[in-house]
Amino acid sequence: MSELVEIRGLTKVYEKKKTALDNLNLTIGRGRIIGLLGPNGSGKTTLIKLISGLLVPTQGEILINGNHPGAMTKAQVSYLPERTYLQAGMKVKNLVDFFADFYEDFNPERARGLLANLRIDEGARLKTLSKGTKEKVQLIMVMSRQAQLYLLDEPIAGVDPAARDYILKTIITNYNPEATVIVSTHLISDIENILDEVIFIRDGRIMLQDTVESIRERKGKSVDAYFREVFVC
Amino acid sequence: MAWNLNSDRPIYAQILEIIQMRIVSGIYRPGERIPSVRELAAEAGVNPNTMQKALSELERSGLVMAVRTSGRVVTEDMEMIRQTKTALAREQVREFIDRMKRLGFNKEEVVELLEQEGEHE
Repeated sequence: MSELVEIRGLTKVYEKKKTALDNLNLTIGRGRIIGLLGPNGSGKTTLIKLISGLLVPTQGEILINGNHPGAMTKAQVSYLPERTYLQAGMKVKNLVDFFADFYEDFNPERARGLLANLRIDEGARLKTLSKGTKEKVQLIMVMSRQAQLYLLDEPIAGVDPAARDYILKTIITNYNPEATVIVSTHLISDIENILDEVIFIRDGRIMLQDTVESIRERKGKSVDAYFREVFVC
Repeated sequence: MAWNLNSDRPIYAQILEIIQMRIVSGIYRPGERIPSVRELAAEAGVNPNTMQKALSELERSGLVMAVRTSGRVVTEDMEMIRQTKTALAREQVREFIDRMKRLGFNKEEVVELLEQEGEHE
């Protein structure tokens, strides 16, 4: 079988000639947890939105299981955006039904189980929840799909450390071994132990793609420490 | 024995040591089944592939054995457990001596300090 994601010569230029991604090449395998790491404005969110099919490339191509992003790939890709897109007036339990209607691969029992573990009231309206709780709800929805590729854009930024641990455990225990999870984050030290590999991105180009263990072996330091060195300001 | 994975060394090497410690200290007893890769990965908060690598290494060394009905058990070879214990102790001693050297102590002074400390116990 081919690789899960193949990206060739990908360029994205926004209006006003701002180049977000610059002739980027990348191959992403199956069954991996990958950290997408880079400073602010390096192109992480743009890359994730292109893979999820929300943006259209200026040049180059993206193949997911051999298909260009579209209706077919959206059924295989579960995307957690940086910002919330859910209706504030909706109740948590309606959201579960909504996802079940929308996605064939959504597992409502799993979602309800995770909500219960985090003691989130299914009767509550989204607008009454704290920012962190809203983020947890969204992540639970996204991780309760049986997707082949999960794209998580800053999934743990707004939640407390205990919930962060729980979320990371959820990612480890719930993802299917054939699926790949791509996580973009600034909180490297919190997450690096669960990653197989990391991708460093800078100015819209891939700087490095390597396994966490290989970086630790070669550099004698954690990925967090190495990142701080590479991207020193 | 908690999973303190704070060092900059490869994660799999740190996990390996912790599981060895658990075996030699009897947390996982000879012949006993150890938790699955998934369970251990979730408990330690590490990638399942990394945990798998550490357990495979332990299997290669013979300290744990794969059993047919899925899962792994700790060896019942007490001699091997004793050797692992000694190896871990030696490593600790080497690191200790290293640190003492950096503090400017020679071997005799270190031995003297150890004996003094032993009297207090």
